[in-house]
Amino acid sequence: MIAIFRRELKAYFFSPLGYVFIGFFLLLSGYFFSVSNILRATVNMAVFFSNLSLVFLFLIPILTMRLISEEIKNRTDQLLFTSPVSLTGIVLGKYLAALSMLLITLVITGIYTIFLNIFSDPPMGEIITGYIGFFLLGASFISVGIFISSLTENQIIAAVASFSVLIILWFINWIIPYASNPMFVKVLEWFSMLKRFEVFNMGILSLNNIVYFVSFIITFVFLTIRVLEKRRWS
Amino acid sequence: MIEIKNLTKKYGNHVAVDNISFTVEKGEILGFLGPNGAGKSTTMNIITGYLPSTEGTVTIDGYDILEQPFEAKKRIGYLPEQPPLYMEMTVAEYLDFVMKIKKVKQKGKSHIDDIMSLVQIGDVKNRLIKNLSKGYRQRVGLAQALIGNPEVLILDEPTVGLDPKQIIDIRNVIKDLGKEHTIILSSHILPEVSAICERVIIINKGKIAAIDTPENLSQALTNERKLIVRVAGEEKQVMKCIQELEGVRNVEVQGQEEPDAIDYIIESEPGIDIRKPLFYVLSKNQFPILMLKPLTLSLEEIFLQLITSEKEVINSDSNI
Repeated sequence: MIAIFRRELKAYFFSPLGYVFIGFFLLLSGYFFSVSNILRATVNMAVFFSNLSLVFLFLIPILTMRLISEEIKNRTDQLLFTSPVSLTGIVLGKYLAALSMLLITLVITGIYTIFLNIFSDPPMGEIITGYIGFFLLGASFISVGIFISSLTENQIIAAVASFSVLIILWFINWIIPYASNPMFVKVLEWFSMLKRFEVFNMGILSLNNIVYFVSFIITFVFLTIRVLEKRRWS
Repeated sequence: MIEIKNLTKKYGNHVAVDNISFTVEKGEILGFLGPNGAGKSTTMNIITGYLPSTEGTVTIDGYDILEQPFEAKKRIGYLPEQPPLYMEMTVAEYLDFVMKIKKVKQKGKSHIDDIMSLVQIGDVKNRLIKNLSKGYRQRVGLAQALIGNPEVLILDEPTVGLDPKQIIDIRNVIKDLGKEHTIILSSHILPEVSAICERVIIINKGKIAAIDTPENLSQALTNERKLIVRVAGEEKQVMKCIQELEGVRNVEVQGQEEPDAIDYIIESEPGIDIRKPLFYVLSKNQFPILMLKPLTLSLEEIFLQLITSEKEVINSDSNI
């Protein structure tokens, strides 16, 4: 698993993919930080995080599209599946590599909080909670992305499909105001990732939201493993 | 070392591999021959654990490939039809990665260097795989299979894309490896199989059509002993001389390759060696023999014969 993780992480920097992801993410986060924090002269990073969560929709599929589809297309899966490595090890190695890219990028954006600390006295607890929620949201999106990447051998299709699915997950939040059935509203609110992310963004660290995201991630990673298993048996 | 029992692979209704059984002994080189789509690659994919079989078992050194995949896979080096290469890595990085996922702990760098010199890719070790020619990629693929010095090597068309000199080099490498390893190798180049392999399996439409040594295969199919002989002299007289010999069943004129000499194909009765009497009778009549050699079927001919005879059976069935 560690060998696969390291290869995968390196592969992001062998191709333009890693640079594109980090570069564009930092460009947009810089823009949002300037607009929502510097120009407004506020230490509240909630607006920054909600704006940036939109960027995830576009950039996470880029991070995940090639993870498994490329292996199948180049037949390198034959090397992995005939090596003494478990499917779980392969999928986890890849997932953690994408997750590390996200983490690296988020750590770089930590510079903004240093600025805030120099010029003011920001509520660090709230900001860190926001970061945790933001990271869990990104981690969930990655698990969707790796799952879709296992379904096709075409990277473009993987990227477009992941993007569409993430948009649909986003839509759930937009449907809520139009739903009349209170039961339906409840279900949608329970399922909506954004609603749960906003709770973190308000500075509330609640266990059930963490459990929600973690179980979401485990479900999709598990599904990815099952898809690969099924592909071999069919 | 490798034991395959009643192996069957179905894709829906299509039967790709149909009830195949064979064993390969330690240190043996087994050749896998067959037309495209015969099920060679599928069989190899099952043996290496890439695909599970629908029915039947594969055992490597006593370990079932599905029941104890880790133990079995550790013992196998596999070169698939298309070498599984990561284009964006250098050769050295790639082989290092393979060593890690195969959990090879021994020797480290010197092990990779040994393999690279064995398949002659030392001069490209710091180049990106995507910039390598097909021949080099194929050899990197072979190097990958050799990592960890596995006891069993499964090579799917190992010499494809190589130039003639490299083909000979790689064949010699495989032959050398065969002294210590158990090898299954597939090929569509028949002389290659007869040059390297101790035993050949001919597979057609997912079934084993024949399994034997290359020599026995040739002999089994040439029921009668046939000789080709080139004799200088007048055709009718030479024919008469040969036909009168005891033990000659049939004589045919094959053609003329040299001026004043004609090639004949002589079919003798089983168990009778007519070469000496042939020589005496022709020299007595002063017809010099310019060439005399036994006519054995090449693997190509055996291959075609096995495959076409099966076709005829199927055709005649459908005619009824």
